[in-house]
Amino acid sequence: MRNPLAKKVVEMKPSGIRKFFDIVSEMKDAISLGVGEPDFETPWHIRDEGIYSLEKGKTFYTSNAGLKELKIEICNYLKRRYDISYHFQDEVLVTVGGSEAIDIALRAMIEPGDEVLIPQPSYVSYEPCAVLAGAKPVIIELKHENQFRLTAQELEDAITDKTKILILPFPNNPTGAIMERKDLEEIAKVIEKHDLFVISDEIYSELNYTEKHVSIVNIPGMQERTILINGFSKSYAMTGWRLGYACGPEAIITQMTKIHQFCIMCAPTTSQYAAVEALKNGDEDVAMMRDAYNQRRRYLVHAFKEMGLECFEPFGAFYIFPCIKEFGMTSEEFATRFLMEEKVAVVPGTAFGDCGEGFIRISYAYSLEKLKVAIGRLEKFVTKLREEQK
Amino acid sequence: MREQILSIIEKNSRIDLKELAIILGADEVTIVNEMAQMEKEGIICGYHTLIDWEKTNVEKVNALIEVRVTPQRGHGFDNIAERIYKYPEVHAVYLISGGYDLLVSLEGKSLKEVSNFVSDKLSTLDSVLSTATHFILKKYKDHGTILDKKDVDERIQVTP
Repeated sequence: MRNPLAKKVVEMKPSGIRKFFDIVSEMKDAISLGVGEPDFETPWHIRDEGIYSLEKGKTFYTSNAGLKELKIEICNYLKRRYDISYHFQDEVLVTVGGSEAIDIALRAMIEPGDEVLIPQPSYVSYEPCAVLAGAKPVIIELKHENQFRLTAQELEDAITDKTKILILPFPNNPTGAIMERKDLEEIAKVIEKHDLFVISDEIYSELNYTEKHVSIVNIPGMQERTILINGFSKSYAMTGWRLGYACGPEAIITQMTKIHQFCIMCAPTTSQYAAVEALKNGDEDVAMMRDAYNQRRRYLVHAFKEMGLECFEPFGAFYIFPCIKEFGMTSEEFATRFLMEEKVAVVPGTAFGDCGEGFIRISYAYSLEKLKVAIGRLEKFVTKLREEQK
Repeated sequence: MREQILSIIEKNSRIDLKELAIILGADEVTIVNEMAQMEKEGIICGYHTLIDWEKTNVEKVNALIEVRVTPQRGHGFDNIAERIYKYPEVHAVYLISGGYDLLVSLEGKSLKEVSNFVSDKLSTLDSVLSTATHFILKKYKDHGTILDKKDVDERIQVTP
């Protein structure tokens, strides 16, 4: 029999997280700080709207690009929150989570051999999606001393005459890094100079603890070369509903809609109705959750300082990314020992790219009470490791 | 700052003040001063504990009583409300819009004790026109807290 498998799929590395998941799920009284989704349930009024849509018999496909009223609400929201204008009719596509949007944006824009710039540490799906789309992924290693922001120089250094797309993953999972307006203005010059396109994954846009989130689209000249990706998972605690969206120039969105139409048909109808309610009446829920995350963030930053654990202050998402290089072991060794000895699961930085070596990702999508217990264990572990080193 | 302090201590009045300062990104002295000031102004009226008495061996009966009264010239409902809230078995008294005037929350040791209070003390007050007593059979949620909430984390424990 012939080999049934495609080489590029076989060569794809499975996510490095799997191993930890297997151990944690077997372990009693383990605490996990390894979760990449909100601890809040979807606010009730949003769930209620989903249920109501089912009761009314809204169980059919919607149009490919999504419900008209949802697309209108998405545009209202982007205008209201970020002062970004899109036309609902041909510049918005409702997708199955931000993940699908990333995938089809790449597929719509890549010619074989095009280079896609992927700053890392970052979310695990950019690289495999780029490979599947036929691109050559080019990694930009972000640096701790820059608070894991992307600098114009780093971008410039990675560009070749084959570079076509920059993926911009801020606020960032796993580092919690953000890009402020001045940072974006600097890289925008390079983007324009080299005629690049941007896929800006802003799924954590609502979880920005400085003033307001600034999108690359806010920088003059960028909207026409950017696909803006966002969704409901993180901001409205709607991960399981699988709903996101992409906004961008009509020419690109039209082609993305074609792929979406053939692969997906349309995003889940129930989720779309619930999302309309989220955008119409969910601002307060978002603010409440953001405040709660921010309190936990401050608690952790303070706790790490007390522990003497090197860590830049993250201003976005719900992750903190402390440096563990002082202990002279790899991230994976650290995470494994921490789990086996203190029963706390964290994710090694290397799960998000080789340059995550020396760091661990700690999620604060947990109640303060749980975080306190876990941090108590971390303190004990760190003290033990320091004793060992003497 | 005040609103932030209040929204936290409303849910957890036992929070350590140092911790409160950390999570709000303020210094401890500011927090202590604000809280003292709010106590003085009567904004913070107490630091109570929410207890599910059902789970103890103590017998308690709670009732909500709708009371219709005749308001008094110059005092409205205030005097009669005061007459009622002075009884220690009365937990809460609210002036209500709608079909009746006062809603009285009552706690007693037994059904009989509560009924006696209503018939002997409450109904006999001069301004009280009528009462309707509703016994509470089960508390599902109280003070914003679901009493029998199961704390299960449904999430997959490690995800990217």
